Amino acid sequence: MSTIVRPYGDTTGDGMVQLSFTLPISSDSWAEAKRAEGAAQQLANKMGMDPALVVHAKPMGEGFTFFVVYGRVNHLVDVDKVEVVERDYPLMTPKEVNASIKRGLRRRLVVLGACIGTDAHTVGIDAILNIKGFAGEKGLEYYREIKVVNLGAQVSVPHLVDRAVAERADAVLVSQVVTQRDAHLLNTREMSAAFGEAFPADRRPLLVVGGPRFDEAMAGELGVDRIFGRGTTPGEVASFLAHRLAS
Amino acid sequence: MTRRRGKLDLDPVTVRKARSLARKAGRPIVKIAQQHTTVSVERATLRLAGLGGADAEGTPWVNRLLDAVRADVGLEHGAALPVWDALVRGEAEDLVTLAQKASAGSVRFRLPEGRDAQRARTASSRSVGAGIKQVDRRRVERERLIKRHGDAPRTPWIYLIVATGDIYEDIPQAQAAAREGADVIAVIRSTGQSLLDFVPEGATREGFAGTYATQENFRLMRAALDESSKELGRYVRLTNYASGLCMPEIAALAGLERLDMMLNDSMYGILFRDINPIRTFVDQRFSRQVHARAGIIINTGEDNYLTTADAVEAAHTVTTSQLLNEYFAKEAGLEDWQLGLGHAFEIDPAVPESFRLELAHALLARELFPNAPLKWMPPTRHMTGDVFRGYLLDGFFNLVGAMTGQGILLVGMMTEAVVTPWLSDRDLALQNVRYVQDATGGLHEDFHPAPDGLIATRARQVLGETIDLLDRIAAEGLLDAIADGTFGLMRRPADAGKGLEGVAKKADGYFNPATEILEAR
Repeated sequence: MSTIVRPYGDTTGDGMVQLSFTLPISSDSWAEAKRAEGAAQQLANKMGMDPALVVHAKPMGEGFTFFVVYGRVNHLVDVDKVEVVERDYPLMTPKEVNASIKRGLRRRLVVLGACIGTDAHTVGIDAILNIKGFAGEKGLEYYREIKVVNLGAQVSVPHLVDRAVAERADAVLVSQVVTQRDAHLLNTREMSAAFGEAFPADRRPLLVVGGPRFDEAMAGELGVDRIFGRGTTPGEVASFLAHRLAS
Repeated sequence: MTRRRGKLDLDPVTVRKARSLARKAGRPIVKIAQQHTTVSVERATLRLAGLGGADAEGTPWVNRLLDAVRADVGLEHGAALPVWDALVRGEAEDLVTLAQKASAGSVRFRLPEGRDAQRARTASSRSVGAGIKQVDRRRVERERLIKRHGDAPRTPWIYLIVATGDIYEDIPQAQAAAREGADVIAVIRSTGQSLLDFVPEGATREGFAGTYATQENFRLMRAALDESSKELGRYVRLTNYASGLCMPEIAALAGLERLDMMLNDSMYGILFRDINPIRTFVDQRFSRQVHARAGIIINTGEDNYLTTADAVEAAHTVTTSQLLNEYFAKEAGLEDWQLGLGHAFEIDPAVPESFRLELAHALLARELFPNAPLKWMPPTRHMTGDVFRGYLLDGFFNLVGAMTGQGILLVGMMTEAVVTPWLSDRDLALQNVRYVQDATGGLHEDFHPAPDGLIATRARQVLGETIDLLDRIAAEGLLDAIADGTFGLMRRPADAGKGLEGVAKKADGYFNPATEILEAR
């Protein structure tokens, strides 16, 4: 038994999607414009859109044309085949998190946060750590039993390791927002390797990375304990930390 | 009948008080800046004297030479006396040779005294003076080119970013952006550069999320935009970043290569890069003196505070920082037309009346700094990945820019926080700007908010909070305020941070020919 769906435009099962893209062809003359539209249609068809309606085509820059295409796809989506990293920890309220840390650790849980590498975008780590929080949930600084040390942006891995030692961090949270050429993956591997060298396996802080470009299933491959993707809330992170470190 | 004072009816006594408090808070910092020098200030001086290039490992000769000087006689007397003393003594025929010998360990530096010191002073002033003359020539050249090609057709100037990491990719992109309507091109730096304590050398093709600022990259891009200016019949300005650990050197290179605008904030490096506060203030003062001389417009970075703090709650920290930036800039010799004071459209769109609040904040900046070309920055924090909603937000951002007469408008991308801008993103963004400019270009003439309405009241409230904060800062000291997390919620103590080891208290008899010349005016 499985759940099959199609994209929804305005009628169940119509399979309608929209798409925009640019092709490196010009459409300055009438003939060029016609050819460009045909090329866009061809791409949309090959992507499975049939019929594909090129609703907008506009020259952009020299030798480029931008398209908006609406059309029907006949692909079926089997919702049950979607693999999700299951939440293997219970979601707790801040009160429950505090209580569980108090009970399990008998001291405050120390969380060290940073953006590593060249990434200067602290929006991710700040959303999780700052009291202000994200999506209506307060950040980890709000939790009485969590001590947060936020190192900010462009922290080097050796510095992060040093501070983790100095602060006796229970968990290290690293966010990576803007990335090019898979820098977020390289940085994460560098970080997990450095922590692996600096700590005996049973004393290493919990390593958590987050950011919109990560695949949550890659934690093992990157040598970290958990990856959080787009839309993660502070409550989820707090619950995870309490579950892994204090229960 | 009483006349209204400007669009917000700001009380001139209050405005004067805000400025005098900024002066009170800033003056001790200027004193500290005058009492210290840094490795980067000294290297900038060597660069102005014409020392460029790097060794086989890519370490610039200015670094090699200064390190050798510092090892022999320390930093506190400045580089000029020991370096030109060695040249006068005939240790080497020029600076590059001296740097090579110094890094091979075959020159010993000393602190000249008496007549020797006088000779070194004269020789160094001549060399550095030649560099500053070159900066002057570049400024005249800019004025001539603006006259020849014409200036940007309207304000706000349209400011677009290129950021490929490869200067040879940046060039066609920048030229395309200029053709599409950009009045100002900014080449974003490789984000790691602010923490490098040297300026890389040569044309570079490898950078992360940006391209390294190097003298050769500056030269290549300026030459390309000179071509575009000629082709388009308007002078296209070039922007880079005088920030991070090498702020003074990059300022010097910008002056030498005729860059037109530079990002240069008095506190950004402290708050967002954890660079030592003293290092930053010393470097910043020198770099601003160079910018003043070069006729470069600075862009300050207040927009950044709002990416970490709440844009409504922290609105007064932006105004406070603008006033401080203005004080430091003027003290360093910059004029009003060179102050691209920053602010941003970052209020959470879910806040009721967010657009009116944005108008209040933007208009407050406009009214407080009537002769400064304000730098208006687009939304980033509340760009969620919903590109359609983002496009609408950018439209409202553009509208505030038009209604409040902003000078420089950084074009917002609907794909902010999703990808580095695509060709189509940039084109769509420019269509957005143009539509708003064409549709509402003169709206600021009709826009007079009601004196007791939400906009005027809010603006006066922010100014009031600014005064309270400046009062506190002036009383407790700016360095302590920075240490307490007053700006952008970042705590930065004065005795910590990167680059502290590159700061030295000036000794009696410290001499820097660049400072002498730049301060002589």
